[in-house]
Amino acid sequence: MDASTSRNLTILKGAGLAAILAFPLLGFSDYVLHIAISILLWGFVYTGWSVMGRFGLVSLGHGAFLGIGAYGTTMLWNLAGLTPWIGIPLSVLASAILGLLIGLPCFRFRITGHYFALVTLALTEVARLLIVALRDTTGGSLGVTPVGVVSPEDPVSLYALQFASKTVWFYIIVGVWLVGLLIWRAVDRSMMRYAMEAISQEEDAAASLGVHVTRTKLTVTVISAAMTAFGGAVYGQYQQYINPETVSGIAISLQIVFAVIAGGMFVQLGPTVGAVITLLLGEGLRLGFGHEFHGLDVTVYGLMLVLFIIYMPRGVLGKAVEVMAARGSRPGTPSPQPGE
Amino acid sequence: MGTMLEVRDLTKRFGGFTAVDRIGFDLAEGEILGLIGPNGSGKSTTFNLIAGALPPSAGSIKLEGREIGGLSPTEVCHLGIARTYQIPRPFRKLTILENVALAAYFGANRLISRSEAWKRAEDALTLTQLPTDPSVRVDGLGAAGLKKLELARALATQPRLLLADESLGGLDEQEMDQAADMLSDIRRERGITIIWVEHIMGVLMRVVDRCVVLDHGEIIATGLPQEVAHDPKVVEVYLGTDAESVQTQVAGRSAGEAAGGAAAC
Repeated sequence: MDASTSRNLTILKGAGLAAILAFPLLGFSDYVLHIAISILLWGFVYTGWSVMGRFGLVSLGHGAFLGIGAYGTTMLWNLAGLTPWIGIPLSVLASAILGLLIGLPCFRFRITGHYFALVTLALTEVARLLIVALRDTTGGSLGVTPVGVVSPEDPVSLYALQFASKTVWFYIIVGVWLVGLLIWRAVDRSMMRYAMEAISQEEDAAASLGVHVTRTKLTVTVISAAMTAFGGAVYGQYQQYINPETVSGIAISLQIVFAVIAGGMFVQLGPTVGAVITLLLGEGLRLGFGHEFHGLDVTVYGLMLVLFIIYMPRGVLGKAVEVMAARGSRPGTPSPQPGE
Repeated sequence: MGTMLEVRDLTKRFGGFTAVDRIGFDLAEGEILGLIGPNGSGKSTTFNLIAGALPPSAGSIKLEGREIGGLSPTEVCHLGIARTYQIPRPFRKLTILENVALAAYFGANRLISRSEAWKRAEDALTLTQLPTDPSVRVDGLGAAGLKKLELARALATQPRLLLADESLGGLDEQEMDQAADMLSDIRRERGITIIWVEHIMGVLMRVVDRCVVLDHGEIIATGLPQEVAHDPKVVEVYLGTDAESVQTQVAGRSAGEAAGGAAAC
């Protein structure tokens, strides 16, 4: 990338961020603001998934991490009166430990590909079933609400991490989302990325060149699990309501995978584009067909997932970047041929 | 010169089958040892035991006096043993330079800087006559190029002992000669000790200092290339395959050395 392209990109990023920050000032309804917040929050979660997913570690278990983040924080607040400022780190830690516990045997015994997806799929269902089974504490399928302390008269509680204003939440979640993008980029630019690329293609060769295979896989798994749990915790605080279906189980795990594949997992903003697609699709189908066709969105997701995997495996944004790169290089010199 | 590698009573059993049966040999620092034998003779198993890809059933492998039998491939690499694969295993999603740079970085157990890793990678690519251009991808490489990439990655880890696995399978005669010269150059310029596993005896005999010949998991001959090539047991094992060409190559080596010596003067 030459200097002027790089400068243009910086300007573009700055303008994009300014537009996002100005968004709540434009006087949109709470509904529109809610959609924007949801896109950014899920964009963060999807980014977290892609930190490991992009290296072929396809986890269908992220519902479990999401659930631990959301339920952990809410339960600690409701039952122990523990502020989310402590509850969130504890839940994130618990999720990271679970990531280690599930990852260690998988990676030691080389459970990869479909088998890894199946193991993690079981994990997410176990998490959902546990939440349902422990209904006396968790509220079961009906879900649970963090004990509210804010009201129209007293709209802000930092201690309880509850805010009545959607605008406040918008800015908080923009921050969370940006941190997610920075983590993604840090991984992308680290030597760990090369190690993971190598492992995902030729595990034995990577090991014989000095790469600690298990340790490296665990590192990305723990980062991904922790990010997802954090997203779940913030989701609970924002929505003020969680239930096993929305933060755990197969449906949400599949939604994460679909969104990331649709958006593109190999580019920084791909998962966020995936969030735009899934959220707008979900809302569009809901508004267009109402509740008459319950489950239609999931059907459409499934169909689109198949189409994406066949025709656009790098996702919408990945494809766009590819096309632009091809255009950019056309007038230039032909790419050098490798010698023998 | 000290002893680089000491193999004693090394045994590997797979169930009831003994692939390697109490073999032992020494390898001097700076030596090129040819480990040869027909298919199924146990040479690849021996190779994998030294490289850490398989744990031995019994016996010991000592690298400069330190027991390494049973260590993982990663640990073995960090101790200074690098290997190539018989069937090249490039990381196709990375460029050639990235392939080699990651080997340099992780081979040094992440103790060097990124720029140092890239520098070592360029050096290894130059040594193996591959392009150092950062944009060149693996896809354009042919069989010979992929073999060189295997070698470049191994060299980038800066090994003291290089294990080269059947480097010449799938190459034409000219490429084989080049590859053999390259190993010879690597030893001369970098002082790297080499074990070269090969079942094509021909071109190997021109370059190696000493040969260990395996058959059915046992060592049937050890010695100078000329000696083992005329050893009746070795001839019998290779009879009808390339015993004749082995002897021609050894003769060629003596002639080549005389000519090379004259040219150097």
